Amino acid sequence: MNSFRIILGISKIHLISRIKQTSVAAVGVTFGISAFIILMGFMNGLNGLLDGLILNRTPHIHIYNDIKPTETQPIAYFKDVSEAFNVVHSVKPKQTQKKIHNAQPLINYLNQNPKVKGAIPQVSAQGFYISGSQQLNGMITGINALAEAKLFNFDNYITEGNVLDLKNNVNGILLGIGVAKKMSLKIGDRIQIANVSGEIIPLKIVGFFQSGLAEIDNAQSYVNVKTAQRILSESENYITDINVKLYDIEDAVPMSKFIANEFGLTAIDIKTANAQFETGTSVRNLISYAVSITLLLVAGFGIYNILNMMIYEKMNDIAILKATGFSGNDVKRIFISQAVIIGIVGGVLGLILGYLVSRLIDNIPFETEAIPNITTYPVVYNYVHYIIAMLFAMISTFIAGYLPAQKAKNIDPVEIIRGQ
Amino acid sequence: MNTILEAKNINKYFRDPVLFHVLKDISFNVIKGEFVSIMGKSGCGKSTLLYILSTMDTDYDGELYIDGELTSGKTNNELAFIRNKHIGFVFQFHYLLPEFTVLENVMLPAKKLGEKSFEEIEHDAIEKLKLLHIDDQALKLASRISGGQKQRVSIARALINNPSIIMGDEPTGNLDSKNAENVFNIFQELSHQQNLSLLIVTHDEEFANKTDRIIMMEDGHII
Repeated sequence: MNSFRIILGISKIHLISRIKQTSVAAVGVTFGISAFIILMGFMNGLNGLLDGLILNRTPHIHIYNDIKPTETQPIAYFKDVSEAFNVVHSVKPKQTQKKIHNAQPLINYLNQNPKVKGAIPQVSAQGFYISGSQQLNGMITGINALAEAKLFNFDNYITEGNVLDLKNNVNGILLGIGVAKKMSLKIGDRIQIANVSGEIIPLKIVGFFQSGLAEIDNAQSYVNVKTAQRILSESENYITDINVKLYDIEDAVPMSKFIANEFGLTAIDIKTANAQFETGTSVRNLISYAVSITLLLVAGFGIYNILNMMIYEKMNDIAILKATGFSGNDVKRIFISQAVIIGIVGGVLGLILGYLVSRLIDNIPFETEAIPNITTYPVVYNYVHYIIAMLFAMISTFIAGYLPAQKAKNIDPVEIIRGQ
Repeated sequence: MNTILEAKNINKYFRDPVLFHVLKDISFNVIKGEFVSIMGKSGCGKSTLLYILSTMDTDYDGELYIDGELTSGKTNNELAFIRNKHIGFVFQFHYLLPEFTVLENVMLPAKKLGEKSFEEIEHDAIEKLKLLHIDDQALKLASRISGGQKQRVSIARALINNPSIIMGDEPTGNLDSKNAENVFNIFQELSHQQNLSLLIVTHDEEFANKTDRIIMMEDGHII
């Protein structure tokens, strides 16, 4: 411990007496570390934003009744031709209903599962928005507004009005912003919806939403589940979709398989539906790591150079230290500790600089049509990034200092002293 | 009689650029309180011998005892400890750490030895500096004092751990006659009053003649 203090004392004086070189080395580390922090924070923020754009409003499992042909055609039941190669022309989809059979008991069953955060029903209906002589195609979805807001951040996309207005108004409708613009509608206006069989239902506009995907905003609108059932002239047990949100997204795949098998329904998990997002995220992470590591490597070479120079300048000091009883290892420790001190100082400054610049980016306005609830660039502050950055600063400077220090350890004092 | 340093049949070869037998079968000893000088022409091997005796050069054949302890074949760490505790060095060039103060330079070997608290070491260091009449320079940077003063500081540093023997490689070689005289007087005082052994390599005949014993070297032999 005692000799550690002496060694640190010597390192300190060496560093301070060459404050310019020391600062240059530390600044190199500072830039590397702050770049890492900024990149990681910003990249993760963007990742989160992009994921959120789709993933947050996408159910982890989407259950519905798909329309598809029977997998086993009747010909297959004929034993006489079982060895033959059968060709069936003009296969038609199986006659089935769009609604999910026994939907409410299924929802109750799912909600009892401890892995499930929530399962909520939806009723999707086709219709037309009527404005004078114009008719616009429409997708009208009946939702449970409060549960949607809680589970799928539905309220983030409502630009005017709010979910409560929809819930409290049986004849209310939340209109896509694209539809509203086309038809010059504002809150409080009435809109007429024609269903497939031509009946006209008047509804009151309680708000607008903007998903950021123009195709959806130009056609979609939301009403209460009951209203949707009324548009379709169906009974109260008519449910077309069940959306499930889980606590852990990793459970989505096995659970969707289980539901599909158990209930004979189609269940799509989020990973299958949005596979490209995970790839995007991991590639972006890889890029930010690669850039930061390159920066730190450059900083490491800077430290290596400066320590190497320092050792040539300090040949005499090394010889004296060795002659007066410091061992090779002591000398080595002096130079390694100098490198690590540079690493710690540069690293801490880098963390601070990185944090400040992140804050700055966090406050730069960033407004986009696509994401209505975002006003500034997204930045994530994750302490894990700060820990990784600091560890990397110390490890890289240690390695950069180790090689010159090893050289200093092996310097023969006799050669230096006699050489003069 | 107390033998401080004993060399037995020391042989040393330089292998580069050609094999060269520098030291041939050197044997001698230094007893406590003895002031010995080594003389000889340039290239006769006297400095080479000194660095072997100082344990810094380990590439030799033969046996070396310091304070009765065999040092040949010990590890570098053990030798560093022996140098720290038993041997004080004074070089021709002053070899102080330029960025440290005079006082810190003197204290450093004692801090390394770690037998005393820093306060005690500081007290000792000031005592040694007083002994050499440069305590008034204690807080100056080592690079800011004159050559004669530097040499006295390095003697103070050599004394800080109360070594068994002081070795010098032409400690007066780079000083004017007044300062050289001064340094010699200090050595003699140490030898007589503190019963310290001294082994000094020198070119200066006047200096050598005043010491207790002269070891003359020629072509790697003692004559």
